[in-house]
Amino acid sequence: MSTLTALARALAAERGIAQPICTVRHVHVSDRPLVLIPLALAGEANAPLAVMVGADRQSPRLIVVHQPRNRDQRFAFAARLAGIVLAHVDSYRTAAVVTPEVGGQPAERDRDAPQIIVPNPAGIGFIRLLGRSTRFRRSTGEHAVDPVVPVLGRWLTFFAERSEYPGSCLLLAATEALALHWASGQSPVEDLNLAALLGWIDPPPEMTGYEGAIAAEDPVIWPPAGPATDPTFDNEILAPLIAACGRSGVSDAVRERSRSSLETALSAQLVPTWTLVWRAIELLRALPAAGRLAARWDADKGAFTSYAEFLRDGGPPQPRRDSAVAAARRLNWLERTQASYAAQRALDDPLVLADYRLTGEAFGGPVTAAEPDRLDTAGKRRKLRPLITLATEDPIRVEPGAVLVSPARPGQSARVVSVSARSPDLPGAAPGSGAWSPPNAVFGAEASRPPAEVVLELSGGMGRALTAAPGSVPVVGERLCYTTLTDSYQMHGLFPAREETPWTHGGPPPEYVPVDADAVEEWS
Amino acid sequence: MRNAVNDLEARLDRIRGAAAPRNHNARTIAALTSNPGCARRAIMDAAGVDKQLLASRMGFPTKFGQSQFAIGRGNAFETQVKAGGCAELLRLLREHLELSIPEVSYDNLDEVGGNTCREVRHARTRALLARATRSDQDAGTLFDHPLLRLQVGGRPVYLEPDLIAFRLRNRFFVVEVKSFSVIDGQADGEKVAAAAIQSAVYVMALRDLLAELGLSPDSVADTVVLVCPENFSNQPTAALLDVRKQLTVLRRQLARLERIDTLAELLPPALTFDLRLDEHGIPHRPVGELTSDVRTVPARYAPQCLASCEMCFFCRDEARGMTAALGREVRDELGAVELVQVVLRLADGSLAGAEDQAEAAAILRAAARLRSECLGGAA
Repeated sequence: MSTLTALARALAAERGIAQPICTVRHVHVSDRPLVLIPLALAGEANAPLAVMVGADRQSPRLIVVHQPRNRDQRFAFAARLAGIVLAHVDSYRTAAVVTPEVGGQPAERDRDAPQIIVPNPAGIGFIRLLGRSTRFRRSTGEHAVDPVVPVLGRWLTFFAERSEYPGSCLLLAATEALALHWASGQSPVEDLNLAALLGWIDPPPEMTGYEGAIAAEDPVIWPPAGPATDPTFDNEILAPLIAACGRSGVSDAVRERSRSSLETALSAQLVPTWTLVWRAIELLRALPAAGRLAARWDADKGAFTSYAEFLRDGGPPQPRRDSAVAAARRLNWLERTQASYAAQRALDDPLVLADYRLTGEAFGGPVTAAEPDRLDTAGKRRKLRPLITLATEDPIRVEPGAVLVSPARPGQSARVVSVSARSPDLPGAAPGSGAWSPPNAVFGAEASRPPAEVVLELSGGMGRALTAAPGSVPVVGERLCYTTLTDSYQMHGLFPAREETPWTHGGPPPEYVPVDADAVEEWS
Repeated sequence: MRNAVNDLEARLDRIRGAAAPRNHNARTIAALTSNPGCARRAIMDAAGVDKQLLASRMGFPTKFGQSQFAIGRGNAFETQVKAGGCAELLRLLREHLELSIPEVSYDNLDEVGGNTCREVRHARTRALLARATRSDQDAGTLFDHPLLRLQVGGRPVYLEPDLIAFRLRNRFFVVEVKSFSVIDGQADGEKVAAAAIQSAVYVMALRDLLAELGLSPDSVADTVVLVCPENFSNQPTAALLDVRKQLTVLRRQLARLERIDTLAELLPPALTFDLRLDEHGIPHRPVGELTSDVRTVPARYAPQCLASCEMCFFCRDEARGMTAALGREVRDELGAVELVQVVLRLADGSLAGAEDQAEAAAILRAAARLRSECLGGAA
């Protein structure tokens, strides 16, 4: 957490309402997201109890397992859920567009991709486990299941794995998406409660965020957003209803009544969260989209298309554990994505960039001098290299020679010529002179400190002539930020092919061959 | 010395009041390590105060209930592990301790000839373990439901673990049976951490007992055997857990509780948390009076308390306006300044701040300037 976010939390606590920590939206929100709220039976590894699911706020679908410990009912549940999830996924497999790929063959990509939204990170955990417990099943032989069950398992696993990629939006947890944009006046631990977090962001009328959050902690009014249920509900309501559904020797009418009572009780546990998730979606949609968001969603679409094609071509289920090469490649990919996602958010959003200005990785201020026609004559050919001077109150940790970029002028790079503290006697210290700021800039008395001056040499984005195209060089008085962050393409690591895995890493992993043990694995 | 101990005992008894003391168990002892700096919790636990009842009386009830489904699953799993003279467990021990265990004897210490009294059961546990240590047989012995005893804050606490102490070649191993799943070799980190610290409590209690018998601490392994269901099944699997770190933390905490007298000395002599329960168990102590007495003992609220302490909602309410209530990370980022109001006044420049706050103040002012630059009037 940054100091700016911490300060926003302090402000939220004082003002009694959540404070923004972003000026734009950094998560993609689909036009018709599939909202999925799972409930699981307490104590079990992954025993689905119920799920409320749908892409239409007005008509949620409820699937209930009347005997959560019954294996057949679990697979029947998985098959029904598959009917909804797979139909949603397939509806995006329609028209493909051809996209040029950097340094490769043009690839086809679906026009859009499906998005699943769950209430909280534990909901993502549920999807991962449900994927794990269904993707190895078989539709033939002993313990055969509905053919859609293993397909569902593979898709859920895909969504869960993809959610680990920074900036990916195929599967979102509502609490995380909200907490990315608002600071509440409570702790991050309490933010995991969707009702409490929304209590801060969007308190009921006549209530402060604090009161809204406290009210939201009452499990009778706001049942937990799952997958865990309220223990009191389990003991007092759920247990007798499940027992009634399992009673033998009763008429069909009585059994039907028991089942419908159970469904009513579970629906009552789920509806409040259903409303909250849609409210969260509404709040997120109201924010303007960040500039680089569309490109990230394109990458999600690409991942969706390639996985759909992999499945179509008969690809095997995801392994239980990654092989050595796959794990290394995945880690490298996650690291690169993390770095570029952080840079993209900062370049898109001045309030996120402010975090970096506070730590000295970026700075901002007015242009105080500009030499737009300066030529670099040192080489064989003369080059247009304008100089600008920026005055800033921000702490500076960049050193001469560093290459920076301004979010406002992404096509232009700026090399630091000098950093100087301006003294009243020496206005506009000449480039190359002046005292260097130490690499670990220390804060002085912020208010009394005179602004530092940074001289930058610009290149690129000014046209081909020796005079800069109009508007391509910042003018005196313009306010700009510069940063060391970059989201430019980074080389990915080179890894051996799967069959060339070195002996230090266990040698080539065996090819996945579906085995009976996987398909008939106990799920109890 | 003896007087001092008696004084403290009398003092803690007065603080608790007329109610019978609440007993510690492995879970509550483990919880002591989650917020060691909290004097309120230390005093209440040392005195055996019923925190749940106290918090309810003050208007801040907590629900630390457990679902009967979770309890049922836990019991079913334990039964399965122990079925047939611990057949499943033996298979796991052979695999994981890589021991050739030809056969083992099994002692259930659940009751002694129908007598379930704690003292009797503890004496029997002691006698059996003593006999086991004297025997030179190489064969293993399993002890089910031993009743151990640990000194906590100068008082003996009986621990009744659902565990099996397993003795092999002059060493005891603690076996902890838990019902959370290990899926593809991975389990929930928080649950494993909780299991590790609880097992460490048992290791410590077992070591205490053996020390009384004149045996060195080495006679209890600092590696425990954790038995959990594998994947989505009810089949048990086992893993070895190194609990050396947890033992160090616990030892430090328990030593601190031994020094509870220094904490108690700072409190007003007449302090009591007595609820004045009538014969129906209904409290009659005025809430205002009770609350102001509770407030005399300083708490150190952190959001982590919400998961482990019955007093959490009361303390959270009390900590409103403190940066600590926003979480440790937030507090650190705000330069460890205690009050939210002070943070905001340092940030807007209306307060210069003490000398040792100069650096924090400068960063906060910079942060506030950047926020208002980016958000305009809305900052």
